[in-house]
Amino acid sequence: MEQLIQVVLSGLATGSIYALAAIGFTLIWQAAQTVNFAQGEFVMLPAFFVLIGINFLGMPLWLAMLFGLALSVLILGVAFKRILVDPLLSHGGLSLIIATMAVAILMKELVKEFYSAEAQPYPALVPQGAWDLSGVIISLQDISHLIICFVVIVGLTLFLDKTKVGRCMQAAAQNAAVAEILGVNVKRMILYTFVVNAVLATLASFLITPVYLAKFSSGEYLGLIAFIAAIVGGFNQVRGALAGGLLIGVLDNITATYITAEYRQAIPLLLLIAVILFKPEGILGKPEGRAV
Amino acid sequence: MKFTKRNLWLLIGLALLILAPIGQGRYIVYTLTSWLVFSIAAMGLNLTLGYAGQISLAQSAFMAVGAYITALLTLNGIHWIVAMPIAVLSSFVLGLLIGFPALRVKGHFLAFVTLAFTTLVFLVLRNEDWLTGGPYGLSGMPRPDFGLFNTGKNINFYYFTVFIFVIFSLLMYQIVRSPWGRAFKGLRENEIRAESLGVNTRRITLLAFAIGSAAGGLAGSLMTPLVQFIEPGSFALLHSLRILLMVIVGGAGFFFGPVVGAGVVIMLPEVLRFTEGYYLMIYAVTVVVLIIFCPKGLVGLGEIISRKILKKKEVRKDFEQGAKL
Amino acid sequence: MFKQIAGASALMLAMASPVHAVDIAIVAELSGGGAPAGTQYRDGIMLAIEEINASGGILGEKIKVTQHDTQTDPQISKGLVTKAIDDGAYVIMGTVYSSSTIVNMFEAMNAGVPQIVGAEAPNITQKGNPYVFRTAYGAHRGVPSLTGYFRDNLKAKKVAVTWVNNEFGKGGHDVFVAEMKKAGINVIADIPSEAGAADFAADVSRLKSAGADAVFVYLHEEESARFLKEAKKQGLKTPLVGEVTLTGQKVIDLAGDAANGAVAHVGLTAQANVKSIQDFGKKFSAKYGHQTDHNGIKGYIGMWAVKYVTEMNGAFDQKKFADKMHGLCLDVNKHPNMLLTTCWDKDGELARESFMVEVQNGKQVVTTTVAAAK
Repeated sequence: MEQLIQVVLSGLATGSIYALAAIGFTLIWQAAQTVNFAQGEFVMLPAFFVLIGINFLGMPLWLAMLFGLALSVLILGVAFKRILVDPLLSHGGLSLIIATMAVAILMKELVKEFYSAEAQPYPALVPQGAWDLSGVIISLQDISHLIICFVVIVGLTLFLDKTKVGRCMQAAAQNAAVAEILGVNVKRMILYTFVVNAVLATLASFLITPVYLAKFSSGEYLGLIAFIAAIVGGFNQVRGALAGGLLIGVLDNITATYITAEYRQAIPLLLLIAVILFKPEGILGKPEGRAV
Repeated sequence: MKFTKRNLWLLIGLALLILAPIGQGRYIVYTLTSWLVFSIAAMGLNLTLGYAGQISLAQSAFMAVGAYITALLTLNGIHWIVAMPIAVLSSFVLGLLIGFPALRVKGHFLAFVTLAFTTLVFLVLRNEDWLTGGPYGLSGMPRPDFGLFNTGKNINFYYFTVFIFVIFSLLMYQIVRSPWGRAFKGLRENEIRAESLGVNTRRITLLAFAIGSAAGGLAGSLMTPLVQFIEPGSFALLHSLRILLMVIVGGAGFFFGPVVGAGVVIMLPEVLRFTEGYYLMIYAVTVVVLIIFCPKGLVGLGEIISRKILKKKEVRKDFEQGAKL
Repeated sequence: MFKQIAGASALMLAMASPVHAVDIAIVAELSGGGAPAGTQYRDGIMLAIEEINASGGILGEKIKVTQHDTQTDPQISKGLVTKAIDDGAYVIMGTVYSSSTIVNMFEAMNAGVPQIVGAEAPNITQKGNPYVFRTAYGAHRGVPSLTGYFRDNLKAKKVAVTWVNNEFGKGGHDVFVAEMKKAGINVIADIPSEAGAADFAADVSRLKSAGADAVFVYLHEEESARFLKEAKKQGLKTPLVGEVTLTGQKVIDLAGDAANGAVAHVGLTAQANVKSIQDFGKKFSAKYGHQTDHNGIKGYIGMWAVKYVTEMNGAFDQKKFADKMHGLCLDVNKHPNMLLTTCWDKDGELARESFMVEVQNGKQVVTTTVAAAK
């Protein structure tokens, strides 16, 4: 029993970070009808901005994190949107998907050549420490990951539903033409979406890199799993991505503990296929809101 | 076959294929052979991507299916000529099985399902070591011997691959040119119109995908005797992306686009070797620039350039048609 | 298509260069998943070449080196080895990954070109290839050195093994399980994980509930670091024992104090209390700005072995080179750049003294020296 609680807890903590990356997928899917195959690299890169800040510019951690956030918003948000998405949006989702695959390669290679091919240690945001509740170890890190992710996701949902900008963003995503007629600056709203995605990816990066270590290739698996989480949960709902992330995190750990370690990676994939077969809009998705 | 300028170009191409390896070292012969093998895989994917407009990320998985079936059969003394059709047919059936649910819903779901499939195939090949040799893979597969013509020598195997490639290209040409194949093109250009004209788009897309998968199986079936060693890592997701890039770089929807693309992707590391570690970056940037400024790929680019230079010459118009098919 | 062929032919012409007496080809994992190991191996070789050329080359001839990147793809590595042979390489250095080496080594064998590899999977030297030589002994030699430690020092009756599920990990795992069986020790938990795995929560939790006396950890460096951090987080008390990838400096840097207490048997370590190795480590850091690991040392001694053996023969003869190396011992007193006395048997398998180390206060400390296998 302690073991079950332990692995479920660990799964929730990891799953909450998957959720952060998965929300980005859903936002971009809605705004640009494309899949960002570089999403994993979007989570990998900000950690290296922070390391550059610390190791080459002599910044303290908090300043380096602000520096990393600013660079991410600029590069992964604004520049990505302006340089790549804008010229390609009219070509359709297919070109953009392939372009993001190329961007993923580019980001990995840049980090590998100009920083290091080897994994780098990365400072933890949360101090180490754990409570031992009759055999179940509850670490400060796991708990704070869960809390931070929930706060962010609740905040984001409130922002999207309750503020004017948030509602305009949703309108622009659901029907750009109508939103335009209603006086929404669609281009600006799409830009905001990419900026929000960059911020979420940066946050995921700050939380997960102390565990995963900073490495050029660490986005590959993360991107895939976040992507599965987004589809399983529902591509058109922020809370869908949250549910998908948590579900995959827990399921992955339970599989590895009790069923099979060899086929551990297969479980999320089988879940993905099952969802596409029986409920293509995702567990919490709304069929009618789907933009495809 | 009518003697047209287009056929002349094709004959020149064939002659170059035959002459290319003469007097060359083993490396060039090996590289040329693997170029043809990947061309077959990429031409298959082109049917899915270029004609039916669906992304498949499973081409390397179908190569794996073809390669492992061929390896297991030929290791047990069954001749390649028997093993190959079994491998191709298996890939075709698997393609139908995977494509069916994925194409039930609109959108890029085929991309998602094939992505999952590729990883699942990798896991099975890696874990079921009683059959597949696990992470160590399989080795020592014989090259086919046709009595008078033994493909054991690299140069002979190259000509054997050229022969298969030519047969394959002719078959593909027939498929693309058939009324049924023309429906693909209609599909790509305007799905709704195609549907209103009575084309069952779902069935056609599914068949395009399954035939493309069978081509992947054929490429895998050639890979086995070429490398004479296969292991799961050679067919991982990364390689599906590589084949996808071949199609895009060459020009999706052009008959010989993937052949050019495969050549570029295979040769590029060699050409850009002077840039040391940077070639992948240059490569990635090239792909992005190409997609932004020339979404039709290199063949499309060549077409635009040749049209500009030789605006009034009938020859180029003819060639353009030949390339487009 | 035509353009392509024309391009290829132009390329071929450009590549046709005269055969040099001392062409050395490095074929290594310079990009892709194997890049950390492959680039270290390359850096070690390049440092050795610089020193050899500065001291007059081999038999008075300077070394001309070419680097080939396999992208950690076995099929590409096979192509590049044939290319190196076509270009007239005297010796091929690499590859480091066993999955590539097992594919490309037959090309070198058929062409009669000696190949100095960094691969450690047992099967490399079990295929009767007279041209392949290791720079570190195979897992089937390394892992058994630990049996005594489990049996005598830890007095373990039941052990667990956690390993990376690829050709490297499976090689070590299979040898370990066979060794434990011979020693009468039960393997009660057998936990594979993916290469590049990041989440070890489930693995550690299984180890905790297994109740083993000791755990054999056979993962790559980065996975080892993540595993150690998770083990510390969950408070796993079982002794953790491994090979060089459990206690390397890289692992300690990444895992921090979570690495303390880990014990390993290591073939080569820049931290060994051997002056020659420590001096090499300093030279390496001064040149490249980062620390060497065992792959850097492997490349360095491999390259120096080429010089020593060739000069013993007095000629650039590939057949003689391979014959000479079989059953050869290079004594470190006469051949200082070997760093340690190194011997090769008739299969190209290597024997060399090795070390038991323990991580204490963030430092790898050598506890005992293990004599070379006979």
